[in-house]
Amino acid sequence: MFESRQNILELHDVVVNFGVINALKSISLHIKTGDIVTLIGANGAGKTTTLRAISGLVPIKSGRIIYQGDDISLLKPHQIVRNGIAHVPEGRMVFANLSVLENLQMGAYLQQDKKVIKSQMDYVYSIFPRLKERIKQTAGTLSGGEQQMLAIGRALMSCPKFLMLDEPSLGIAPLLVKNIFEKIVEINRQQGLTILLVEQNANLALDISTYGYVLESGKIIVQDNSQVLKTNPEIRKAYLGG
Amino acid sequence: MLHRPKTLLCFSLALAFGVSLLAPQLNPYHLDVLLTIGINIVLAVSLNLVNGYTGQFSLGHAGFMAVGAYASAAFTLFAAPRWFPDANFLVTSACFFVALLLGGLASAGAGVIVGAPSLRLKGDYLAIVTLGFGEIIRVIFRNVDALGGALGLNGIPFHTNFFWVSFWGLITIYMVLALVNSSFGRGFLAVRDDEIAAEAMGINTTQYKIIAFVVSAFFAGIAGGLYAHLKSSIDPKGFDFMRSIEIVVMVILGGMANTRGVIMAAVILTLLPEILCPIAEYRMVIYSLLLIILMLTRPQGLFSFRIRPHPSHSA
Repeated sequence: MFESRQNILELHDVVVNFGVINALKSISLHIKTGDIVTLIGANGAGKTTTLRAISGLVPIKSGRIIYQGDDISLLKPHQIVRNGIAHVPEGRMVFANLSVLENLQMGAYLQQDKKVIKSQMDYVYSIFPRLKERIKQTAGTLSGGEQQMLAIGRALMSCPKFLMLDEPSLGIAPLLVKNIFEKIVEINRQQGLTILLVEQNANLALDISTYGYVLESGKIIVQDNSQVLKTNPEIRKAYLGG
Repeated sequence: MLHRPKTLLCFSLALAFGVSLLAPQLNPYHLDVLLTIGINIVLAVSLNLVNGYTGQFSLGHAGFMAVGAYASAAFTLFAAPRWFPDANFLVTSACFFVALLLGGLASAGAGVIVGAPSLRLKGDYLAIVTLGFGEIIRVIFRNVDALGGALGLNGIPFHTNFFWVSFWGLITIYMVLALVNSSFGRGFLAVRDDEIAAEAMGINTTQYKIIAFVVSAFFAGIAGGLYAHLKSSIDPKGFDFMRSIEIVVMVILGGMANTRGVIMAAVILTLLPEILCPIAEYRMVIYSLLLIILMLTRPQGLFSFRIRPHPSHSA
């Protein structure tokens, strides 16, 4: 039954170089519409670079990125966002000097329809009520967890079809991490939003995802259903703490 | 900041016109200082769009000012008398307006030429490129004989008066505030706060940076035109690196992205050397000391009272 769904995103042999450093050595992945897919791996394995390559923030040297059947490898970031790909960058990166409301409005930057903006904002407030309480507060003064909620909420404002989350648990209190991961699942179910999740906390990521890729030094070394990966002894040893 | 900006602008313009009728009563020295303050406000407020609101670091504002000054002075000196030999007051004023616009547009054009390739650079690199631009412009004007070479252009008519300075001052303030307070203009702030996040939101960051740069250059050109028609003579030395630094100091002293503060700083830093006239040779020492003390005690700017989170908190 899974085979009948289409791939929303495919990477074919994507290579990214930073000067002489080979950051991604031929990455290929396939993400099915409606799934939560995770990329796990150690620091410097190329997880963030993969996301940035997809959203056009770093140029790719060779290979193709196919989104909904179209090649987007040569598009600029703002054109890619227009196509419905949203990226929550690592380290949250909210606009620190703007208010919560202004941050969310920035997220809807490409959306002209006021009604859509309003309903999307209501949806964001319904998942993260905390944001509504702090609507006028300057984003830089929010707690780490709240900034992460804001970063996710801001990405949702663009009404994406495909959401990329880069290390949503980074530097956040463990209790909040659990809450944020529940929200990620909720967003995926309610909005039918396909999610690509990059996460250091591999246990957590494999728990909520359907499929996983393991990256090492810019290459995919293993890929499988998340439940299978969780029981893979080598993966357990390297990434799941034994 | 402004509740009914357009009404306020019209009111201020009318007021400026009214006050300008009284300007001839003033002591010429005081009037000259007043007009210089106005020109510096135009320069500082426009630079604030780039350095403050958009978070780029430009050190080439004097270069843009020079382009505007030379373009408008050349128009007034060479073109206007040929086309309108028997000019009355209205024609002269119209010519001056055209000269200023021409200066602004020439400067904006220079802004595109410099900005388009260099705004892909960030921070220190951009500062160095803009600094280089300012120096190149100066050297070019020094070597073009048609524009007076090292002697510069002299005998430019004194067209700059209180009305024109306040007119352009108000227009500059209005344009910059209207721009950054619009939903389009929030993009400038987003680019400053986090370029990668801004790009990930679908903002064309290069386009925003170029717009900020070009608008800022336009008003620097206008200020240059006003300056040329105030001092009556311009030469390349008047637009050197120190001039750019003075404007940057105004922006930093007033507080980045704080238009009110930047206006105050422009007023203070123009008055300061006049007040310190007896010890004018120590002016730069005082500038430097002021900057050091300021950076130690009020890094957010003298007139910034809003609490801004330290950038590292957001990372």
